[in-house]
Amino acid sequence: MLGYVARRLGFAVVSIAAVVVLTFLLVHLAPGEPMLGSADRRMVSPEVLARQRALFGLDRPLPVQFVRYAANLARGELGESFVLHRPVAAVIREALPNTLLLGAAALLLAVGLGLAVGVLQAARRHSLTDTLLGGATLALYSMPVFWLGLLLLLVFGEGLHWLPIGGMTDPAVHDLLPPLGRALDVARHLVLPAATLGLVQAAAFARFQRSALLESLGAEFVRAARARGLPERRVLLRHALRTALAPTLTLTGLSVPYFLAGSVLVESIFGWPGLGRVAYDAIFARDYNVIVATALIAGVLVALGNLLADVAVALADPRVRLDR
Amino acid sequence: MSPWRVAGRRFVRNRAAVAGAALVALLVLVAAVGPLCTGDPLAQPDPVRLQDRPPSGAHWLGTDPYSRDVLSRTVSAARVSLGIGVGAALLAVTLGTAVGLAAGVAGRRTDQLLMRGVDVAMALPRIFFLLAVFAVWEQAPPVAVALLIALTGWFQTSRIVRAEVLSLREADFVAAARALGVPEGRIARRHLLPHLAGPIIVSASLDVGNIILLEAGLSYLGLGIRPPTPTWGNMIMDGKDVLFSAPWVALAPGLALILTVVAFNLAGDGLRDALDPKARA
Repeated sequence: MLGYVARRLGFAVVSIAAVVVLTFLLVHLAPGEPMLGSADRRMVSPEVLARQRALFGLDRPLPVQFVRYAANLARGELGESFVLHRPVAAVIREALPNTLLLGAAALLLAVGLGLAVGVLQAARRHSLTDTLLGGATLALYSMPVFWLGLLLLLVFGEGLHWLPIGGMTDPAVHDLLPPLGRALDVARHLVLPAATLGLVQAAAFARFQRSALLESLGAEFVRAARARGLPERRVLLRHALRTALAPTLTLTGLSVPYFLAGSVLVESIFGWPGLGRVAYDAIFARDYNVIVATALIAGVLVALGNLLADVAVALADPRVRLDR
Repeated sequence: MSPWRVAGRRFVRNRAAVAGAALVALLVLVAAVGPLCTGDPLAQPDPVRLQDRPPSGAHWLGTDPYSRDVLSRTVSAARVSLGIGVGAALLAVTLGTAVGLAAGVAGRRTDQLLMRGVDVAMALPRIFFLLAVFAVWEQAPPVAVALLIALTGWFQTSRIVRAEVLSLREADFVAAARALGVPEGRIARRHLLPHLAGPIIVSASLDVGNIILLEAGLSYLGLGIRPPTPTWGNMIMDGKDVLFSAPWVALAPGLALILTVVAFNLAGDGLRDALDPKARA
């Protein structure tokens, strides 16, 4: 088991290194000036640009720049943001917890709702309930996440005025509230973005769970359990669901890239101050250090998701072979 | 009866799958001839008095903030979405099949090398790469958008194909061919590839929906295929700012997107059920 975890860990490190190298090359080899979008490039004199480049060491040959970046990274230094004139680490430290909060809330919704709907569909397979839920999950699964966000915004924010339409806190009152009130303020702002991100993924989980359950309901051990006279409810929940859970764990780990991609879109719709927003702004501002750092963090999260899923599956399912 | 005819019969008996396939056909038709029937998607007849008008006899789906006809734009954008979705899916599946087949038939060394590479590639945050590339490459033509989406999206297919190849390699008919001295390359082409067709077709049809959603997400952020060329993604972006006063601007392309992706997913699910040898006949 330990050897297995060590090998997966080594693989995670390699893939994170690949992310850093590729992103670094991509942003530095791309045409265009750092710090400037194409529109404002003409408004800055060449001398100023040259001075800026020298200031950040961008006039050196690329290999030299990379070695310096890697050396800094090894010491935990992520460099300085060209645009915000702050250490990149500070920018990430502010944004990352917000994205993790959003992602965790969405994941909880996705797994909980997805599992429940999938089990219900499998229990009532080929009934009207199954068909209706199947239609609903298919529609949700086929929906662009940003469009769902706008729809929820239109209905619950503007139409019904139930929930705030953007930001993470209410700037007018947030600082005056007691701690519990502050938490509630954040929670109210969290509902719509987390629902947007979570619902689409819940549909994916439900579809997957239903077919995994139907498959294991046809297996020998389920027939054996039925033959022993166990009630169908127990067969479904104790026997079939157990074997279908391992793929769900894997899927949960593999869904990290989906949440990251979704967070770029959802955070821009709801003005959620997270990593997706930081990455989006940095990409448009050619803020090299921030771009590489957000890709690095994303790579770490993806690798961590895969690693945790692999280990969880290995722990949960004794049939998984650990060699290789 | 040949396995293909069995699969065909199963598909036809599946009402949801047939509906999906019919919808796909209809959408292809709309994308092909629709733009000839509707007006110019770029025309701005009266940017002052005709902006954000609700649906009417002259503009069936209303007009957008630039007074452009929403129906013409939605229909014209179908070409972009379907073209990129189908084109990129075909390319991605071809690449994935080639690499998966190579890894499956080549020796252990090559296999290990290729699959470790695929593992690393799958761990990369794809969306960040696409965002970064298209932020820099402002005038990327649709072909380049499809190409980059395909180049970053074939990894899953290669894994599926490799797994199939590894199990097929042990099959009796492959052992027989090998015993007769058929070269490995010929075995791969003549004996393995036909058996891989099922999973490959399913993979491709389910990819189309995902790629259409990905392209829509990119163009919603203003990247990839850029305005004024209409795409469903950038039409929703145009509608976002007038969401409360003129919801039809974002609703029309959104519904078109969902309908298209649902159609491809229904057809893909149907193909999977029809081509799955384990499924009940």
